[in-house]
Amino acid sequence: MTNLAYYPGCTLKTNASHFEDSALQVMEILGLPLREMEKWVCCGTVFSMASDDLMLQMGAIRNLLRAQEQQLSEIVTLCSMCYNTLQQANKFVISDPESLDKVNDLMYKEKVRYHGDIKIHHLLTILRERITFAGIARQITKPLRSLKVGAYYGCLLVRPREFAIDVFEAPSIIEDLLQTLGAEAIEFPYRLECCGAYQTVTHKEVTALRTFEIINSARRSGCDTIVTSCPLCAFNLDNRQNETGLRKPGFEKMPVFYFTELMALALGRPWDPNWSKMHYVNPEPLLQERQLL
Amino acid sequence: MLYRISKKNIRDRSLERIEEISGQSVFDCYQCGNCSSGCPFVDYMDLTPNQVLRLAQFGQIERILASETIWVCSTCLQCSTRCPKGIDVAKLMEAFRTVKLRKRAGQLDPYQIDVDDLRELPPIALVGCFRKKTA
Repeated sequence: MTNLAYYPGCTLKTNASHFEDSALQVMEILGLPLREMEKWVCCGTVFSMASDDLMLQMGAIRNLLRAQEQQLSEIVTLCSMCYNTLQQANKFVISDPESLDKVNDLMYKEKVRYHGDIKIHHLLTILRERITFAGIARQITKPLRSLKVGAYYGCLLVRPREFAIDVFEAPSIIEDLLQTLGAEAIEFPYRLECCGAYQTVTHKEVTALRTFEIINSARRSGCDTIVTSCPLCAFNLDNRQNETGLRKPGFEKMPVFYFTELMALALGRPWDPNWSKMHYVNPEPLLQERQLL
Repeated sequence: MLYRISKKNIRDRSLERIEEISGQSVFDCYQCGNCSSGCPFVDYMDLTPNQVLRLAQFGQIERILASETIWVCSTCLQCSTRCPKGIDVAKLMEAFRTVKLRKRAGQLDPYQIDVDDLRELPPIALVGCFRKKTA
């Protein structure tokens, strides 16, 4: 069976292990299993935009070099930030032959030089293009009929334009997937608004207010829950609801899922109680109420 | 709001450096305000993104470097995608941060992070924050 080379990134092995777990199960069922590539390192999580410093791109490029060494032509990521960082770093170094030469010279201890032709995909584009939503629909055994779900894209799946996985100001790829799973997909106004990203470390009060705006917008639009594809968005929108509650009396909490968790349910996999432990806002009451447990 | 602008620093070298690091020309900006209206963190900034561009056009680089704005930016890229002149505003913000970081004047001291937070924060948050804010 053909499989896809998969680049996890650091957080998929720790705080977002349920994202990986559910994705691996889902792709097994859909007939295109993910096989983790070897010897990967942290991609650096954010694309460093200084145009005169190639050193800061090395973390990302080293992963692409490893992929090349392992005779992989493409890699798939789950994490929006890894996807974005790898894409932008790759583009930066292959933008001119001199940059590519320089970054290879910086990695002088490596046995081979990076040629610049690794393709980087996000799982959602693989689902849309290779498996197709019609293909997924055929395998659904437990449609999520009773669930109203908002798709939260965040920033890095749709910006910059060049690497957006869909039309950058009006994407529909996650909504299409949710409809395929049988859920009612709701477009809510704050679906493309930044969650605060790494500001959660130094400005958590500001992030808590962003969480308030985003979750409130989803709730006012009729969502029971929202899905995301980024462990940092998931942390800000899920864990930081605690901070939001402290600052906004009357704030109603909402569980936040990774899209692969809902896919796993719709494809007939049982909900894993270990996944609930990784969530901050317990998703089980909602799933219980909608008879999805 | 009253700004004092000195002819002395309208034409000094610091703007050239910013333009070199960012690869952008600040003189492309015609102050439409799209960037500031799309910015999710504008309410917490002392200078809005379009004000940063305007001050940069007048060579007031030191004022920008001393602002809270450049550190509150979350690199969401909303400004860059909406600019009608194609200015990569996020890259410009990064250039200001870069100048400070290269002088070892980053905003974050890792030892100041709350210990309880550290237990919860995922690696993605810490790595991202350290890359953006520590020298």
